[in-house]
Amino acid sequence: MKEMVCIVCPKGCHMKVERNQEEWIVTGNSCNRGKLYAIEEQRNPSRVVPTTVAVSHGMHPRLPVKTARPIPKQLIRRAMEEISKVEVDAPIEQGQVIIENLLGTGVDVVASRRMNRV
Amino acid sequence: MRKVIHYELVVIGGGPGGLAAAVEARESGVKSIAVIERDTELGGILQQCIHNGFGLTEFKEELTGPEYAERFIRELERGGIDVMLNTMVMELHHDRRLVVTSAEKGITEIHAGAVILAMGCRERTRGAIAIPGTRPAGVMTAGTAQRYINVEGYRVGERVVILGSGDIGLIMARRLTLEGAKVLAVAEVMPFSGGLMRNIVQCLEDYEIPLLLSHTVTDIIGRDRVEGVVLQQVDEKLNPIPGTEKRYECDTLLLSVGLIPENELSRMAGIQIDPMTRGPRVNEQMETSVPGIFACGNVVHVHDLVDFVTEESRCAGRAAAQKVLAKAEVADPPKIEIQTIAGTGIGYVMPQRITQAGAADRVTLMMRVKKVYKGAEISVSADDREILRKPFGHLAPGEMVRLDLSSGLVPSGSRTIGIEVIEKQ
Ligand SMILES: Cc1cc2nc3c(=O)[nH]c(=O)nc-3n(C[C@H](O)[C@H](O)[C@H](O)COP(=O)(O)OP(=O)(O)OC[C@H]3O[C@@H](n4cnc5c(N)ncnc54)[C@H](O)[C@@H]3O)c2cc1C
Ligand code: SF4
Repeated sequence: MKEMVCIVCPKGCHMKVERNQEEWIVTGNSCNRGKLYAIEEQRNPSRVVPTTVAVSHGMHPRLPVKTARPIPKQLIRRAMEEISKVEVDAPIEQGQVIIENLLGTGVDVVASRRMNRV
Repeated sequence: MRKVIHYELVVIGGGPGGLAAAVEARESGVKSIAVIERDTELGGILQQCIHNGFGLTEFKEELTGPEYAERFIRELERGGIDVMLNTMVMELHHDRRLVVTSAEKGITEIHAGAVILAMGCRERTRGAIAIPGTRPAGVMTAGTAQRYINVEGYRVGERVVILGSGDIGLIMARRLTLEGAKVLAVAEVMPFSGGLMRNIVQCLEDYEIPLLLSHTVTDIIGRDRVEGVVLQQVDEKLNPIPGTEKRYECDTLLLSVGLIPENELSRMAGIQIDPMTRGPRVNEQMETSVPGIFACGNVVHVHDLVDFVTEESRCAGRAAAQKVLAKAEVADPPKIEIQTIAGTGIGYVMPQRITQAGAADRVTLMMRVKKVYKGAEISVSADDREILRKPFGHLAPGEMVRLDLSSGLVPSGSRTIGIEVIEKQ
């Protein structure tokens, strides 16, 4: 059995997950999203990775970016290395794809904000 | 002569609070609105909060800070609102006169029909907590480090200790780790963290960063640059326990020791400040003790979720619009005066007063508890008679509690609404 805190919403329910042969048994969750998260955390924990890349001709030197969807937790380090190699040039639109198919995950890295050219 | 301009509504601060208030006032029919922001762009603190976790309530999506801000900036850009960037409000008077200054336009006086305060908060610094030791480089607040790393692109250090486990400290522990620094520990003087549980899990546990509860920094070593800090355990009275000193070799100490609402302007205008929230005392419409001046967001009380800043700010925007657009022939709803009182276990309750007849039937009370409770009830009473009791599996100071009062709960003629925590035996 594993104790965990649900982080899907700010309520932060304290849950317990247990494996009963093929089935996962979750208790302590207040809603179904919590249950799905608990099972996913056992099977394939993943996170959205927010970071920045260098941008030239913008109003700031860094452009915030994020993975458009969660990526497997064990890939976070490699993802950071990959993203840090990138440099972009303003203008950038919010949501613009900065890296396609990051590390073959099928997940893109996108811009979190627009950056006008100055 | 000084130039004077007029607006129906002036919003001070262009963070999420100011943006939501201005947009809501426009939607409610106010025709002349100005948002005044001292920074070079709108969005407030959100522009440096690049992590995700914003907007779960408001948009049912997990957005980053800049993405959340962008949605409101786009709304604002639809027109009808003047934005003054790089402009600082220097003075605010109770008759809603403002003095603002900008490099471009110099000093301008503004007369407003109504004012909304949305100046946010600032971080407590080392001076506010008095750590002994030398004053070398490498000691900075977590928010300053956040701006350096996320916006300016500087590295702040290689080996870091963080004092304070509020959300900013936790977020920065992860951010620094991902940027290649080594975060040795997060020390928290209280026996519990002031941050959201999700941040403890996602920022510390995910990266195996130790959280040392009941610990504080008792010495900083190094002449020009930080070379180390001494962490020491504290007792129940928060006094360092002799013999528990442990030295950490580090080049950076980040302070995440609390936020203080930014209320110099409020004081200048003679607005009453609540000693607990350190923000203006407000009624259910977010109006301060000075008529026509409203307040919302972190300037009123420090929020952990921006979604509630938005909600509160819309309320302020609507109420300010009502004030500005009020027709002389429509009488104001009858006035009442109910005070809310933070009882046992409660740090503060917001709003501090309810002043419109009928409002007690639909007000949302926001409050913080003083310590962590595993299983407790919150009891609400009107003039000392209990009217509501609600069980909570988990209560913590880092997590704001909201209680909706529904129709008919508060007997008419009540003078006080008291809130307290009842611990289960
Ligand atoms: C580090 C950090 C992490 C956070 N993480 C989360 C999270 O994960 N999820 C979440 O939901 N919430 C989070 N929050 C909370 C949320 O970001 C804040 O509650 C929200 O930004 C507050 O909005 P505001 O408009 O009141 O203040 P601010 O965003 O601070 O805006 C205030 C604005 O007023 C301007 N101003 C101040 N004084 C003057 C003056 N005299 N003249 C002109 N302009 C002035 C300032 O420049 C600033 O732009 C976090 C907050 C911080 C600090
Ligand atoms: S179980 Fe549901 S209610 Fe509880 S924290 Fe998770 S998502 Fe929120």
